[in-house]
Amino acid sequence: MLGRGLRVLGHAIRTEPRLFIVGAIGSSLFGLLIIANSYVVGWVIGHVVVPSFASHQVDTGRLWLVAAIFLGISGLRVASIFGRRLGAGFMQFRLQARYRRAVTGRYLSLPPAWHQRHATGTLLSNANSDVEAAWGPIAPLPFAVGTIVMLIAAMISLFLTDWVLALVGATLFPALFGLNLVYSRRMSPRQIRAQQMRGKVSAVAHESFDGALVVKTMGREADESRRFGVFVDELRDSLIAVGRLRGLFDPLMDSLPSLGTLAVLLLGAWRLRSGAIGVADVVSVAFLFTVLAFPVRAIGWVVGELPRSVAGWDRVRAVLDAEGDLAYGDGSLPGAGPAELRFDQVRFSYGEGPQILHDVSFTVPSGRTVALVGATGSGKSTIASLAVRLVDPESGSIGIDGVKLPDLALSALAGAAALVPQVPFVFDDTVRGNIALDRPGVDDEAVRDALALAQADRFVAGLPDGLDTAVGERGTSLSGGQRQRLTLARALAGKPRLLVLDDATSAVDPRVEAAILGALRASDARASVLVVAYRRATIALADQVVYLERGRVVATGTHAELMTFHAGYQDLVTAYEKAEHQE
Amino acid sequence: MSGEGTLATVKRGLALSPELRTGLGGTIVLAVLQMAGRVAVPIAVQQGIDHGIRAPGGPDLGVVVRIVAITLGALMISTLCGYLMTRRLFTVSETALSGLRQRTFRHIHDLSMLHQQSERRGSMVSRVTSDVDQISQFLQTGGVQLLLATGQLLVSAVVMFVYSWQLALVVLLAFGPAVGVIRLFQKRLAEVYRAVRERTGVMLGAVAESVVGATVIRSYGVAGRTQARLDSSIEDLRVAQQRAMRTSVTSFSSGEIGAGLALAGVVVVGVWLGADGALTVGQLTAFLFLVTLFIQPVQIATDMLNEAQNAVAGWRRILDVLDVEPDVADPDDQGVELPVGPLSVRFADVSFRYPGGPIVLSGVDLTLDARRKYAVVGETGSGKTTFAKLLTRLMDPAQGEVLLSGTPLTSVRFASLRSRVVMVPQDGFLFDATVAENIRFAEPSLTGEQLRAAFVELGLVDWLDGLPQGLETEVGERGEALSVGERQLVALVRAYVADPDLLVLDEATSAVDPATEVRLQHALDLVTRGRTTVAIAHRLSTAQSADEVIVVDAGRVVQRGPHARLVAEEGSIYAKLYASWLEQTRS
Repeated sequence: MLGRGLRVLGHAIRTEPRLFIVGAIGSSLFGLLIIANSYVVGWVIGHVVVPSFASHQVDTGRLWLVAAIFLGISGLRVASIFGRRLGAGFMQFRLQARYRRAVTGRYLSLPPAWHQRHATGTLLSNANSDVEAAWGPIAPLPFAVGTIVMLIAAMISLFLTDWVLALVGATLFPALFGLNLVYSRRMSPRQIRAQQMRGKVSAVAHESFDGALVVKTMGREADESRRFGVFVDELRDSLIAVGRLRGLFDPLMDSLPSLGTLAVLLLGAWRLRSGAIGVADVVSVAFLFTVLAFPVRAIGWVVGELPRSVAGWDRVRAVLDAEGDLAYGDGSLPGAGPAELRFDQVRFSYGEGPQILHDVSFTVPSGRTVALVGATGSGKSTIASLAVRLVDPESGSIGIDGVKLPDLALSALAGAAALVPQVPFVFDDTVRGNIALDRPGVDDEAVRDALALAQADRFVAGLPDGLDTAVGERGTSLSGGQRQRLTLARALAGKPRLLVLDDATSAVDPRVEAAILGALRASDARASVLVVAYRRATIALADQVVYLERGRVVATGTHAELMTFHAGYQDLVTAYEKAEHQE
Repeated sequence: MSGEGTLATVKRGLALSPELRTGLGGTIVLAVLQMAGRVAVPIAVQQGIDHGIRAPGGPDLGVVVRIVAITLGALMISTLCGYLMTRRLFTVSETALSGLRQRTFRHIHDLSMLHQQSERRGSMVSRVTSDVDQISQFLQTGGVQLLLATGQLLVSAVVMFVYSWQLALVVLLAFGPAVGVIRLFQKRLAEVYRAVRERTGVMLGAVAESVVGATVIRSYGVAGRTQARLDSSIEDLRVAQQRAMRTSVTSFSSGEIGAGLALAGVVVVGVWLGADGALTVGQLTAFLFLVTLFIQPVQIATDMLNEAQNAVAGWRRILDVLDVEPDVADPDDQGVELPVGPLSVRFADVSFRYPGGPIVLSGVDLTLDARRKYAVVGETGSGKTTFAKLLTRLMDPAQGEVLLSGTPLTSVRFASLRSRVVMVPQDGFLFDATVAENIRFAEPSLTGEQLRAAFVELGLVDWLDGLPQGLETEVGERGEALSVGERQLVALVRAYVADPDLLVLDEATSAVDPATEVRLQHALDLVTRGRTTVAIAHRLSTAQSADEVIVVDAGRVVQRGPHARLVAEEGSIYAKLYASWLEQTRS
């Protein structure tokens, strides 16, 4: 663990060498000044205080010099503190920012298949607390490095003063260091446990507040509080366990340097008697031990943070090293107007999972509307994702206007084909921002036209600031149907040549849905449409129906043809009709 | 509230968590004893120098040994006191804070639905997690330090005055300006740290958006725009962090300058005093040690005060939530039980508006008989969902009264209300647990067999058996391992086992695949049998099968009666709704 932790630190130093050097120099200077200060104090006692107390005479010049030295040291110390703290802090913040950018950058470039395999909460903590944990030891790092420099200098100065007093240091420093190591070792499992309990408490709270309405309507507030209480109690116990250990070590670490001072007093008196040293030396060394205690702790802080750091770093690295990016070509799609979409012998499965699609072939002819119909799990949504290349097929090919999707540049593909997903996603932005998405060519007029087509113009006009209304996090201020219409307008605003609707009007009233689909057909900017449909009205609007069963295309034709000739299709559609009309 | 001072917040917080004061006196005594041990060392140095090392006849080892032995004893006692104090502090503070967490958690659940929905989920979660963590961290790190620092400050000040009041004054004067600067910086520090917290929130929001919206970002090719937003929020946070750091270092270093001034002043004045014979070498030496003992706490206190700002801000956020009185409150002991038997409903001239919003329902006055099935229909935004929320007392009307079997809803104890009146919300929210556990949510005492029996009774046992692990199948986060329709099935069974007398169904708007839909309708039919049922209907098939239909338009009830009669009323709102719906499904 120590070795791996040090490697993570090494990486940090190589990434931000300048700030590290500033911090380390500041901190070393700080340490050296502590030693210098002790010797000045000793020297002042021995060479200024003792003579003038003995002679009852004050050497004013010398006295002012001493004052100037103390103030000078103090000034230098302020500078060293700035260097140490700002160097370390800025280094930590820069590293955090750099890796947050890197991690989120990976999020944006990794394919949807990768996102599906990772829980939202995990990805959030990768970019936040894992990055923080990885660089946790950076804040005390320069201080610790400076402390090591200081300890070495202190040992040298001790040996130069007197070898017997130096032995006190030679015993004390390793003891302090060892105690720190033992402390960190014993503390880290307790800290990790507390951290895990924190995670659990947070997860339970999150879920419980997420389901607040169910809790309320079922009157389960007391039971939920009890469930939460169990985890809170465990967290409390784990934190108290942390406290007990701290209670044991903190006072010990405080007392060790005082023991050193006492030892110096004892041995100093003996050495003084044999004439080996002077009063000044005893005072200096005793003073040194009093002020050393605090900096030595910095080493413990770094060592203590290492296990967390390594764990965080591993999780961050897993994101950065994740593979499976979709490679895009540089092809473009010349021409205008509705595009043709062709699936040719497409097979697909998620990872090692079962085969989702078996040799699916069909065509959406230019300007036509094709409905995908099939029971749950027949592969409709997968086809929708494949059509806009959110995923790539295992084998077979998919092409728009004869160009294979992998040959297209991302911008060409995004410009030509638009997918409106089942669950609408709305950005924390204004209505305008959500629809335009800063795409070139999508001006206010295009936004308004798209809103009208999506039957969203009326409700948007009713919003407090119209197009400039901020819709809130995930569009919380809107209803489900309104969110769906906004995302539909977003797709239409880009004037796509192929529109893929994955059950995108499910939360819209049937009447409004009919109006939307009708407007789509009537509009000048007609696109080819591939629509995943449940409602019979939607299906009826299609020129052609592709009927799927368990990942295979089992029939293609018009709705009327399939109703006449295909029993399975007939069953499914009438089943739905029955469901709507039952009783 | 936000303008309130630090001390006021701490007072309010202590009043709400009196456990924090448990054994505080003992803890303080232990802290002072621990401090006394630290001060023993400089005294030992003084005594050792004056009476041992510089004894008239040359260094007197015996005296030094005696002094060292006594101090050693004092140190050991001090260490022991330190141990006991830290233990007490952790136990007391963690116990108190876990109580605070649980109280806040319960309070958030007790808040009205409108209140809950006006808060971001993440910020509610942070009230019971990171906000409390901040207080705890402060109490244990900062709090201990601050306590020790204050003790150390006091004890060393007293000892300094005992040795020499003149030098003690010099030290106090030297620190005067530093204290002024630190006070001056407090306000600014509060500001810069607030900026850090705010920007952290913005950054987390941006990251969440990029994760949740990954597919949309990809399919519109707007990764560049998203990354630009992310980068700027990350960068804004870094800049704020650095600004906070600079401010706190500046404040911290003023203490350092004070220390330099104090050391220089003590030497200059001390030498003059000593030359006059008013001071011994040992005393002056001890004084130099004491100055460092005096500096440390001042510096620690400056650092801790910065952290205190963070902790106090967290505390304030929790207190502000606890201060919100639930506006739809449980009458509890003053409340009554609902009368036994099937429930009838009466809306007496009920109006409703969201705070600061337009009127959603106005002057609704109607009676619904027990054991009958009602469907409430109307266009999106007509007020039909509001109807359901008033009926289940998720909200209270602005005017008028809702009564169940003659009892005003506001006077009914929640325990009685929630067991007799159950609502199935639009999105059948499921917990990340098994199917069985989700259903037990309504009735924890049910055995596996009873659960299975419920599925059998609702004709859903074939669906249950089709699940990979039957009742023990995990439904995933928010139930996402199941389809939308299947989640509704589970929510329906959950409502069924609760066995309510009044069932309120807020029908899901999103389409469900046909096979599940058939099951759902069948089960619904069985669940509603023999109970008063009010369905907020989006599909008119539901209305068709109801005993009576209530048509809501623009916040008013405009029609009511059985489906057949309402359809026949030509030109009526219901006739129009029905005609267009028919066209949609039968084209």
